[in-house]
Amino acid sequence: MTESTMKPPKKVLSPVNWMRQHLFSTWYNALLTVVVGYLIVTSVGPLLNWVFFDANFQGSDPSDCSGAGACWLFINQRLNFFIYGFYPDELQWRVDFMFLLLAVSFVPQFIERFPGRKWLGIFGMTGLPLIGFFLIPGGSFGLEQVESTKWGGLMLTLILAYIGIIASLPIGTLLALGRRSEMPIIRGLCVVFIEVWRAVPLITVLFMASVMLPLFLPEGMNFEKLARALIGITLWQSAYMAEVIRGGLQAIPRGQYEAADALGLGYWRKMGLIVLPQALKLVIPGIVNTFIALFKDTTLVLIIGLFDILGTVQSTVTDPAWQNVAVEGYVFVAFCFWVFCFGISQYSQKLERKLDTGHKT
Amino acid sequence: MKKTKSIALGMALTVGAFTATGAMAATTLENVKDKGHLQCGVTSGLPGFSQPDEEGNWTGIDVDTCRAVATAIFGDSKSVEFTPLTAKERFTALQSGEIDMLSRNTTWTLTRDASLGLNFAGVNYYDGQGFLINKGIGVDDATQLDGATICIQSGTTTELNLSDYFRAKGMEFKPIVFDTSEQTVQGFSAGRCDVLTSDRSQLAALRSKLADPSSAKILPNTISKEPLGPVVRQGDDQWFNIVKWVLSVQINAEELGVTSANVDDMLKSDNPNIQRLLGTEGDMGAKLGLQHDFGYEVIKHVGNYGEMYDRNVGPDTPLGLDRGLNALWTEGGIMYAPPVR
Repeated sequence: MTESTMKPPKKVLSPVNWMRQHLFSTWYNALLTVVVGYLIVTSVGPLLNWVFFDANFQGSDPSDCSGAGACWLFINQRLNFFIYGFYPDELQWRVDFMFLLLAVSFVPQFIERFPGRKWLGIFGMTGLPLIGFFLIPGGSFGLEQVESTKWGGLMLTLILAYIGIIASLPIGTLLALGRRSEMPIIRGLCVVFIEVWRAVPLITVLFMASVMLPLFLPEGMNFEKLARALIGITLWQSAYMAEVIRGGLQAIPRGQYEAADALGLGYWRKMGLIVLPQALKLVIPGIVNTFIALFKDTTLVLIIGLFDILGTVQSTVTDPAWQNVAVEGYVFVAFCFWVFCFGISQYSQKLERKLDTGHKT
Repeated sequence: MKKTKSIALGMALTVGAFTATGAMAATTLENVKDKGHLQCGVTSGLPGFSQPDEEGNWTGIDVDTCRAVATAIFGDSKSVEFTPLTAKERFTALQSGEIDMLSRNTTWTLTRDASLGLNFAGVNYYDGQGFLINKGIGVDDATQLDGATICIQSGTTTELNLSDYFRAKGMEFKPIVFDTSEQTVQGFSAGRCDVLTSDRSQLAALRSKLADPSSAKILPNTISKEPLGPVVRQGDDQWFNIVKWVLSVQINAEELGVTSANVDDMLKSDNPNIQRLLGTEGDMGAKLGLQHDFGYEVIKHVGNYGEMYDRNVGPDTPLGLDRGLNALWTEGGIMYAPPVR
């Protein structure tokens, strides 16, 4: 019954025909094309001029900015502050080292067949936070202590997001399993935890952690503002993560559970070997979505006076020595966030394709 | 019945907790000495008052007030750590002991002084609310602003002062509220309002952010009193005295002509006022629980009040503020400190 294996002839369109078909097929499409074309022509040119051609990159003080284009000089001068906050100059190698480890652990994940990239990834999830835990604050192994009030900028944003992400995944998984557990007390506790934390805005959680909590603690028992914020972020994020993972658990057919039971696997092996690998794979888009949301939500620490990258920029754009540099500052912040969020999203898409075992199609 | 009992129990516990902490707590000065540094609350970025500079060092008049206190205790202006605080959390941070003193552009008012368990230890800047107007509307005085559209930053006392002022004068205004100072300036710049109102210390800085600063001017009127100063917890009088007298020493030093440049020569001065100030005579420091030469150290490392002012907000800085009310009482201002004797 095989038909001819010849492919259909390629449809070749002349540029004019292509335009007619895609841009001017009806009168309203033609109108849209004209309007959008006009907007692109009138906005892209000035935008490029502002960002590149008229912009000031070089110089040493505010008078070197002409005012015609962006004053990137401002960002350039404050870059150290935007990245490290108040971290002492002579100790910044520690932060640089952590940035390097972060790059070494995760950049290879984008390169197919990079030797040992799986181990690098595992190191990024375990060894890296452990090293950071000792290296960044110091105070042990003869390292000079750097208090958390001095941390800031991009480094603080990454610390908040990284710890939030790393900690919320296992806690969220446990909560999701707990919520589907057959033991009523565990199920009840998990439901209450998830519903309470998920129903509260992050800004409230941070505010409680920063303003209310110290009043309840006995005087002299202060634990750091950053630690309070991190605990708040992690618990809040875990509740969201639990619901995403629960979605995956529910999508696994009953047969898989029964098959695991039939093999005589206990609860943890059933979940760990059969159910969770399938469930987590299914919800990768949802998990990554919450990661990206968390990454951006870390900027809310601004309201409790922690200097994340947005905070450092906001505190300096009001400097009266400079002309209005607020736009440059915020564009810089937006760019930094875009780089990291886009990276996370790209990685997740790669992971999805790689783990796709063909059940979906 | 049960309810009353539990309330009584709760109260007993609270009282117990308070007395317990009271008995346990060492004095603030001892705590600070144990820690080896002063923990000081500042704003997270207000030009001239506390803002990080290019190198990421805190600068500003509020910051220098903290440095002066640290210098009085340790003889070293670097023994101070800064905690940036938002307006909402500043008092909690002080009450809970997270910081030792608050020097965060805070207006001294009766409510705050009497009901928050805090003490204001003097005034390091007399501010007041003023108006920045578009020259185009042809107004020279705030009393002509009836019916004006006014840009305000939300969540500050600015808003309340403004409506108080207009109500007292029987005038109308239309407020346009913005969230941050950049947005307020943008709104003014874009012509959404004819008038922008803020503390006078900030108006010049805001004006410099306009595309065309010469199109706007600051009206002479001041519609509110904003005495800003350092704040400490109530209940530790020694600490209250230290913060209060460090600031007073700085103001007295300016009055006596002692600066960071000439303080070493002044040690040989015959003027008994200067001798007491710098600790070459008397035991002023011991009365406060400090070194006898704390005055010398403060002037040497941080400078007198005038130096602190000129360095951070004075005419040669981008803020370019004249001394005005903040000039010494001998020079037409109201900056006056009790004598060191």
